[in-house]
Amino acid sequence: MVTNNGLVYLIALPLFGALSLLLLGRRADKWGHLLATALSASSFAVGLLQLSQMLGRATENRPVTQKLFSWISVGSFKVDASLLLDQLSICFVLLITGVGTLIHIYSISYMSHDHDRRRFFAYLNLFIAAMLLLVLGDSYLNLYVGWEGVGLASYLLIGFWNQKPAYATASKKAFVMNRIGDMGLSFAIMIAFASLGTVSFTGVKEHAHHASEATMTAIGIMLLVAAVGKSAQFPLQAWLGDAMAGPTPVSALIHAATMVTAGVYLIVRSNFVFDAAPTAQLLVVIVGAITLMFGALVGTAKDDIKKALAASTMSQIGYMILGAGLGPAGYAFAIMHLLTHGFFKAGMFLGAGSVMHGMNDEVNMRRYGALRKFMPITFITFGFGYLAIIGVPPFAGFYSKDMLIETAFNSGGTKAILLGSTALLGAAITAFYMTRVMILTFTSTKRWDDNQHPHESPILMWLPMAILAIGSVTSGFLLSRGSALKNWLEPLFESHGEHEELLSPMVVSSLALLMVALGVAIAVMKYQLSDVDAVAPQDVSIFTRIARRDLLQDDINEALFMRPGQVLTAALVKVDESVVDGAVRGIGQMAISSGSTLRRTQTGFVRSYAMLILVGAAVLIAAIWVVTQ
Amino acid sequence: MSINNYLYLSAILFTIGAVGVVVRRNAIVVFMCVELMLNAANLTLVTFSRINGTLDGQVVAFFTMVVAACEVVVGLAIIVTIYRSRRSASIDDASLLKR
Repeated sequence: MVTNNGLVYLIALPLFGALSLLLLGRRADKWGHLLATALSASSFAVGLLQLSQMLGRATENRPVTQKLFSWISVGSFKVDASLLLDQLSICFVLLITGVGTLIHIYSISYMSHDHDRRRFFAYLNLFIAAMLLLVLGDSYLNLYVGWEGVGLASYLLIGFWNQKPAYATASKKAFVMNRIGDMGLSFAIMIAFASLGTVSFTGVKEHAHHASEATMTAIGIMLLVAAVGKSAQFPLQAWLGDAMAGPTPVSALIHAATMVTAGVYLIVRSNFVFDAAPTAQLLVVIVGAITLMFGALVGTAKDDIKKALAASTMSQIGYMILGAGLGPAGYAFAIMHLLTHGFFKAGMFLGAGSVMHGMNDEVNMRRYGALRKFMPITFITFGFGYLAIIGVPPFAGFYSKDMLIETAFNSGGTKAILLGSTALLGAAITAFYMTRVMILTFTSTKRWDDNQHPHESPILMWLPMAILAIGSVTSGFLLSRGSALKNWLEPLFESHGEHEELLSPMVVSSLALLMVALGVAIAVMKYQLSDVDAVAPQDVSIFTRIARRDLLQDDINEALFMRPGQVLTAALVKVDESVVDGAVRGIGQMAISSGSTLRRTQTGFVRSYAMLILVGAAVLIAAIWVVTQ
Repeated sequence: MSINNYLYLSAILFTIGAVGVVVRRNAIVVFMCVELMLNAANLTLVTFSRINGTLDGQVVAFFTMVVAACEVVVGLAIIVTIYRSRRSASIDDASLLKR
């Protein structure tokens, strides 16, 4: 494979930014945000340079590596800290650094009133570096370092305003739930090492064919657990809604565009594992299908604009996981949806941030309304993202989501019909709740107080939104034209036999558009044409109430894990107190009681002591006499 | 006269002294009994010195006398002090340390 010594700069630049901003402390307050933005942008430039070099090489020479140092060398087990940049990684590198840089620019203005802006930018740079390490690692172990790094950055940024206890709790919740996924990844690495003797992507790929299917299934399921935790998929989805406690640019970058899609990356990267383990692959599809419905349903009931978008993110990643579980036919489309989603969802989150900026940090959509007149640019950019996510042609989501639905329908068997219908229904619900967000925020009647003064955001904020909006419009068309992305990624995946075509692309597209139109129509009737209450109505059906409570995900976690966990800890405390402490105290008690018994022999009468001495001496002499005889 | 008779005498003296220490309550008497035991031991030492034809035992006997003299000084001082404070020379009354 071709060696390229420039790869390290991709990671080193933002890492340098994070370290210097953290180490310099308040001294860097004045210019820290500029340095961080410049370093993120230069990392993007390095990425573009790498892309141009990669385009200039023949297909089989496109992947490049760089060995940084020899990390672990124990007997026959050797792991190098090496970077690998191939057709898949470069997509992520450009997404992470590109969207990341835009969000850096946005944050300069968004966070300008925060006295801790420098620390915020340090964490952002740390995130970029960790995420790049995640997608550039050439083995599961290297990936794991980045995987933990983004978890740390996510934790730090969700709890950035940790002076509010609820926010600090949210960051802890995200961290703990991610930990479950991380356990899955570490188990996958251990199984791979124990049974295959290697943890590098190429090594595992070589063994994938002749290893037993049980081994590959075990690795696959553990990788799925990892993906489920990081990507907020069912049943580990509960942290994403609370993660919206972080500043909005963080939600846009980490909890919409990049980090939460790491699970999709992991599954697509491990395509050789899942191709060899049909059971694990089936589980992936099931998780994706459940989550895409789950997120969509939660999204319909949320009044908090960021939580509605978070539920939508969950649902869209469900689509990607579904695509990634469909095997070689779906990998490219999962990545395509991931890229287009990166544009439109980040754009919409920034739009939500812009609305909050103009509305004194109000997040309740029932207190918005008629903001189109006051925030025209936000309205237009958000609108482009909206059209993209519901899948209106020619916006980005139309291409990517259509492909996923089509692939689901054509994956063969009854499974295909089930998955395809779920994806179609998901598209309708997506259209409904996104239209709801759009109407409640921008077009319905004004529901805010007169002391609110909504205004358009400054250029540093709307410029990134505009660029992302352009991406939302064009990326789908550009990536799918002549199957550009599919052909680009093709060499990484096993070739596959064509399935029989259940539904033609035309039929799928028209069905999807029909569903979208249905969803939009219902939302328009319900929210545009009738009045909306400024306070969420309480006399609602049981389904609405359940959806408002995130489909009881927290209640279930509480009943299944938290309560039994509390009982277990209480029991352990009891055992500790009675058994462990009991043994320690018992020994002390024994010494005290034997001491007080022995004390009785001390009468205080000199004559009894003299008697004892006499008897003792007599016994001693007798003993000596017996022994010497 | 057999030299063993000295040993018998010293054994008898030691026994009288030991019994006296154990059974008598008056501190002065107990004290004198202790002296009796010491002198019984001295007699034994001197006798053994005589039997072995060396001076070692006699030298040790002098050391014992010195120790006994010192002991008399300290012991009498204690007894007098206790008598002054507690108006009693009974050693059973001086059993305060057990509490």
